[in-house]
Parts: sequence; C-alpha cells; structure tokens
Amino acid sequence: MAELNTGDGGGKKGGKVRSKKANSKVDLTAMVDLAFLLITFFMLTTTLSKPQSMSLGLPDKEDDKIKEKPIKVDENRTLTVMLGDNDKMVYYMGLLATPIAGPKEISYGKEGIRKELLKRKLSVVEYTGNKDKGLIVIIKPSKKSSYRNLVDILDEMNIVGVPSNAIVNDFSPEELKLLEDK
Amino acid sequence: MAIKMKKKAGSTDMTAMCDVAFLLLSFFVMTATAKIPEALPVDTPASVTQTKLPDTDLATITIGKGKVFFDLKGREVRVKALELMGQKYGVTFTEEETKTFSLMEGVGVPITNLKQLIGMKTSERNKAGLQPGIPKDSLDNQLKDWIYNSRIANIDVNDKELQIAIKGDAKEEYPAIKQVMDILQDQKINNFSLVTGLRATEK
Repeated sequence: MAELNTGDGGGKKGGKVRSKKANSKVDLTAMVDLAFLLITFFMLTTTLSKPQSMSLGLPDKEDDKIKEKPIKVDENRTLTVMLGDNDKMVYYMGLLATPIAGPKEISYGKEGIRKELLKRKLSVVEYTGNKDKGLIVIIKPSKKSSYRNLVDILDEMNIVGVPSNAIVNDFSPEELKLLEDK
Repeated sequence: MAIKMKKKAGSTDMTAMCDVAFLLLSFFVMTATAKIPEALPVDTPASVTQTKLPDTDLATITIGKGKVFFDLKGREVRVKALELMGQKYGVTFTEEETKTFSLMEGVGVPITNLKQLIGMKTSERNKAGLQPGIPKDSLDNQLKDWIYNSRIANIDVNDKELQIAIKGDAKEEYPAIKQVMDILQDQKINNFSLVTGLRATEK
C-alpha cells in the first residue's frame, strides 16, 4: 500500500545535511473507500426517494343526468364493498335484497377481504364460464371513511387482480343503515 | 552487491481511482435534489404498487388537514401557469416574483395572497399552518383554475398532457378526496395517480 513516510531521512549523520526526500505518496485507500461509500449512498437515495404512485382510472362523468346510461351487469358477478368509519368494511355479494353472501363485516388485509376476493374471483369465472367475464367489485366509500381505506382497498384489487372495479358514491338507505348498524 | 529487495508489494496508485470516485460523487451530490421541507406534510397511505411518479409534466395536489396545496413540476411551466392565473384573477407579478415562484415548492394560498407569499423567505414560507390552502369551493374554485391553466401551460411548454397526482393524507376523510376528484373529473381528467408510500411488509 502506498503510505506516508514521515520519518526524516538522516540528520543523525553529522556533517552532511541531506535534503529530505519529497514524500509524494499519500495513502489514498481510506479516501477512496469513503468516496465510494458516499457515491453508493447518493445513487441509492436519488433513485429510491421517488414516491410510488397508483394510477386510477375513473369512468367519464356525464354532466347531463338524463344522458347517463346505467350500466347493467349481472348481479351474480358483483361484490359490493362498503367502507365505513373506524376502518370498518361491510361486503355483500349480489344484490342487497337477495344477497348471495353476506352482508358481513370483514377486515382489511390478507386474512380478511383478500381471501374472500380470491375465492369469489374463482367462483365467478366458474359461474360465467368465460374468463373475460370475471368478478366486478363495487367500492362504496362512505363519508366517514378515510383516504387510507380507499387506497387499501384499491391496493387489494391490484394484489388480487380483480378484473374490474368501480368506485360508486351513491348509497341506498338500506346500505347506510347496514353500515351504521355494524 | 546487495540485491535491493522490494519493500512492499501491491502498492497501487490510487490517484486515478480517487479522481473518478470524486467526480462521480460530485455528480450525484449535484443531481440529488435536496428535500425541501413541505409546507403541508402528509402521511401517505401505503400500497404495493411499484410504479414511480414521472419527473416532468406532473402536477401534485396535496390534501391534508382539510387544506389543498398545489405543486407543479418544471420551471417554465410554472412561469406560464402563473402568468395565466394572473391574467385570470387580475394580479400582475413582476419578473422577480415570477422567478421566485418558479423555484418554489407547492403553494397553498389564495391567488390574492400569493404575492405576499412569494415575498417571504423560504424558511418562513414553509412554517406549519401559515398557508391556508387553495380555495376549492364552488363559489371560489381557484384549484380548478390552477389545474386548468397548468394544463394549458404544460401543453404550451412541453407539448404534452399534464399528469395529475393526488397526494392525500391517510387520515383524510374521503369526501375531501372526492371533492378534488370531482374537480378533476369536471375537466374530463379521468386518469390520475394516487401517491402512496411503499408497503414495508407484505401483510
């Protein structure tokens, strides 16, 4: 390794005064180590600090209510998730009046809604017999639900791979009652 | 006579390596943008999506504590957007003010107070609770105009459609987010991004 020679050459020998040898070699190892460490740090932080984003597509909003065409879907394919306050969530399958499953309170995360979604995703394809006609999830965030709830459920859609989902803001009185009772 | 022994083997000249290392280091230090404290700090909800936000053609709408802040990427776009907003609301900005605005972070004041905000020092500007948020109710919907004019500005400058990202606080109630989404949808923006943090562990 290159090193810094600090010992002065000679001087003990009387008489002749030797000129000092120029110490041109400095140990750069530590410096290079440090430099590369910092490079790594800056490289990683610059690329990793970018925030993640989830893209969200919403259907066209028609200003004219009369022009708005209601989209009819098979009720056997729809699963409605209502987001309530305090991270509560109620889901039911099919129509509320004649539900196939639920209405039941369910939790977020792997053990709760994800299991149900995965199960339903398979059963709906089985029912329709067509891969293109999969599960439709209707997300209804109530006025008291937080933004975290919405992102969580949308994230769940991405994880499970639900073919189509929609965010609907209309609540029927029965649905509101259901949310409040739970 | 005596054979001179090599004192030490493997001494490498590291000068060149050191030079390169520092060159790269200075490059990264310069390109890295310092994190400026946000005027409205928000705690974004986590998700597993890996898509990153673009660096350009982006407007970020920050929602938190009932306030709305608006941020725009790109200096030229900001200048143009400010000019358009000034025209709309009858506020004229000097060249100096425009320049300061182009370097600023997100703003959260009504347009009438923007001049005052620009005049402040950076440290004062980002004091918590100083900026009241951009008005977004139906009587005085400045957020709508900000978005609209920014889109025009972005097309003018970069010839691209502006992307909109919503950065909401996790605890924010849904109606506040919905209001902003509605404003976007009124302008036929049906595709936008939700800024999220990285979910640390798979639950």
